[in-house]
Amino acid sequence: MPSAKKRPPIRVLIAKPGLDGHDRGAKVVARALRDAGMEVIYAGLRQTPEAIVQAAMEEDVDIVGLSILSGAHMALIPKILELIRKEGAGPIPVFVGGIIPDEDARRLRKLGVKAIFGPGASLQEIVESAKRLTGRTS
Amino acid sequence: MSSERRLPPAAHALINGDRRVLARLITGAENDDPGARAVLRAIYPRTGRAWLVGLAGPLGVGKSSLLNALISHLRGLGQNVAVVAVDPSSPFSGGSVLGDRIRLDRSPDDPGVFIRSMASRGHAGGLARATREVARLLEAAGFGIILLETVGSGQVDVEIREVATTSVVVLVPHLGDEVQTLKAGLFEIADVFCVNKSDLPGADRARRDLMEFASLGGGDPGWTVPVVATSATTPSGIPELWQAVEAHERYLDSSGKRIEGERRRLTQEILALAESRFVADLSRDPTLPRRLEPVLARRLDPETAARRWWVERRKGRT
Repeated sequence: MPSAKKRPPIRVLIAKPGLDGHDRGAKVVARALRDAGMEVIYAGLRQTPEAIVQAAMEEDVDIVGLSILSGAHMALIPKILELIRKEGAGPIPVFVGGIIPDEDARRLRKLGVKAIFGPGASLQEIVESAKRLTGRTS
Repeated sequence: MSSERRLPPAAHALINGDRRVLARLITGAENDDPGARAVLRAIYPRTGRAWLVGLAGPLGVGKSSLLNALISHLRGLGQNVAVVAVDPSSPFSGGSVLGDRIRLDRSPDDPGVFIRSMASRGHAGGLARATREVARLLEAAGFGIILLETVGSGQVDVEIREVATTSVVVLVPHLGDEVQTLKAGLFEIADVFCVNKSDLPGADRARRDLMEFASLGGGDPGWTVPVVATSATTPSGIPELWQAVEAHERYLDSSGKRIEGERRRLTQEILALAESRFVADLSRDPTLPRRLEPVLARRLDPETAARRWWVERRKGRT
């Protein structure tokens, strides 16, 4: 159908792996990304790595954001990165929000996490980073 | 088959059930990407047999939870099932939060289910522009049953009728008195009524009101719209709901209404696609600014200006 050639919206998956029930942060981030014009698939609480990667594949997202406050990040995030690779999903960038100690953050970056946001991060920072990681900085 | 060899590679992968290719093609269809368009052209002759079941109804009646219960029921029957869930886009930012997956908790390693969320992207009527195309891609990938969930909003989100073979209108107790059932719009498109949250007080009353509405007829004289009470979370009434949907399909086949419906839906589709091309073409017409001036100055009314334009263009073209 003819349409003005504007760029399609960025599709983002926001999910919370693991068992903690604190989804306030994830919801606030989902809303900020929506207000920046993105299509946010909100997968909600208590997701297994398998379910998250399947959702990322079916929804054909450009980027995945994981919120995790349980302390289980070193068990869950590497597993998700590995499944994304296995899925042959191409390099879907992953960013993480939560309470991640510096040492763990370094290891996660080494494993391929593109950005990590702690409690002090601003929403604007997160939005800008999502745009940059999907190559939409303009 | 020789036609098999002429398919674009992506269409081949799609037909062989490559889910990653399916997911990418859906994005392509949403974005009106030429590659996806070529695949849609190639697969079109193979489509048209899938059963598209729409769930429509106001916000918060439990459509997503019903979908969840229907998925497990259908998997129990050994049926593959795809789901397309549409949520609204913000008219301000263009963004959206698509939250229907939250309620869909199926096993992630089950290849018999595929779920896709779509944003309406400004398209009115309760669906996304590309819903039909997405359904065709899902059908080509092997899904014989496709459940469509509309944007949950109002009384006039009736486009589902132009896409689905069977439309289920989902309501809950205490949505209003029986006068509501007299209103035009949503109530008129139902092939099946579902009173969800039927464990709540008032469910019997709601069912009776709907049965009375259904018995008045007015729609298809050969089909009395059944009213099924469900509770998606208990769950109860789900097999009965699906039986009602199946009964409607049998009716469509035996009465010849299925072909009639297909004729109506495809006519609408061609008209809508042609219209959008005409509108795009018109909006680029260099005479448009000149035609605007007298209307702006209140010397000519918009209707006359439009009619003259149309007559002149017709003379110029054919």
